[in-house]
Amino acid sequence: MNHLTEEQFVLYYYGEGDGSPAVRAHLDACEACRAEYAGLQRVLNVVDSAPVPERGADYGAQVWNRLQPTLRWDRPGGLSWWPVRLWPAPRWAAAALVATLLVAAFLAGRYYPKAPGAQTANAGQVRERILLVAVGDHLERSQTVLLELVNAQPGQSLDVASERERAGDLVAENRLYRQTAARTGDTRVASVLDDLEPVLLEIAHGPDRLTPEAVENLRQRIEGDGILFKVRVVGSTVRHRQESQENAASPSGPGTGQSKL
Amino acid sequence: MELSDSVAVAQARAGDSGAFRVLVERHSRNLFRLAYRMTGHQQDAEDVVQETFLRAYRQLSKFDDRASFGTWLFRIAANCSLDLIRARKRRNAQTEAPAVEGAPDPMQSLPDQAPTPDRLAMSGEVERKVAAVLGDLSEMERTAFVLRHYEGMCIDDIGRTLGVQPNAAKHSIFRAVQKLRRALEPLVSSAS
Repeated sequence: MNHLTEEQFVLYYYGEGDGSPAVRAHLDACEACRAEYAGLQRVLNVVDSAPVPERGADYGAQVWNRLQPTLRWDRPGGLSWWPVRLWPAPRWAAAALVATLLVAAFLAGRYYPKAPGAQTANAGQVRERILLVAVGDHLERSQTVLLELVNAQPGQSLDVASERERAGDLVAENRLYRQTAARTGDTRVASVLDDLEPVLLEIAHGPDRLTPEAVENLRQRIEGDGILFKVRVVGSTVRHRQESQENAASPSGPGTGQSKL
Repeated sequence: MELSDSVAVAQARAGDSGAFRVLVERHSRNLFRLAYRMTGHQQDAEDVVQETFLRAYRQLSKFDDRASFGTWLFRIAANCSLDLIRARKRRNAQTEAPAVEGAPDPMQSLPDQAPTPDRLAMSGEVERKVAAVLGDLSEMERTAFVLRHYEGMCIDDIGRTLGVQPNAAKHSIFRAVQKLRRALEPLVSSAS
């Protein structure tokens, strides 16, 4: 009698393949194969025991709350092609934005109306909210630059003059936000900004027109290191935190706890 | 009445964010489970869930109504997980010392001495070993095995998810089972 092969055991275990009755009949008749199959069952049953952290019944709602700010539904009858706001800000506007936000954060810290005992917490929260807005916008604009490169037509050279200029602006902001994130202990944001900076530098210091090979190299770097993925996810998380902060700051908001950047 | 996936997809395509929300709330936990099995990390799994829905949102117009929305999401999540695993490997490769030629197979470096059944029950040794072996599988083996073993996806669907012939998917599962068996059988035998 020919014994069953390992592949037959596996297919039988998973209910795949069309030979199940024959395999069953063989197992009934052959003690050696029965023992072999029992061994396989034991191992695969043990594999089942590997635990997965439980997520509560409201997990879907939590995911939606993080996701929702990144989606746009403003085109009746269809979806917008890309779920983030495209903002090709000129150099002066980007620089002005950073300066304005930092001044606003400073002034907010000094002059924000305060209740006795709540002064430090309120000023800190205002600063955090302003910085969250700035970092969220920074990640959105960085994402737009990266997408231009990732979505470029393969095999063709690419005019990146405007992306170069935007990347130059973004590098300076990136440094500032990375240092702030590192200082406030927000390692996740600091890490993604750390990964982003060399790519922005490479674009900013490159030529106005990239060869097909240079486009491909950049694309591989962006996709290979998962930079776009991380920028997108962290950007979305930052926006979610920003919303949570705003809710907490509203008159009916829940509290005054400190959070990271 | 509860909205079916196909109705929710149609409404979401028409611009109804509430319908997309239904889909997100319905499928998030399953996607988290798959992503965790694939990546082995909670935070990575959270990121994969979010990225999966972002990609699904962007590609909703490309979804074939005849297919299962859940399977389509699984396919996206599996690919997101693979992207993340590859990025992690590249990052680790940059920070770790290069592998020495002729170095032993990581599978072989797992402890030879089988612990006692008591210790197994107490320490979660098996769980750790399962995680270690799953972590050592190739991307294809791990994905195919997770989709077949934990998610009960049929081999044809796994092939479609991975963009390979069913036969290639099947052989990836065989290899994964073989490796798991080689690593775990001594432990399991000693515990039984």
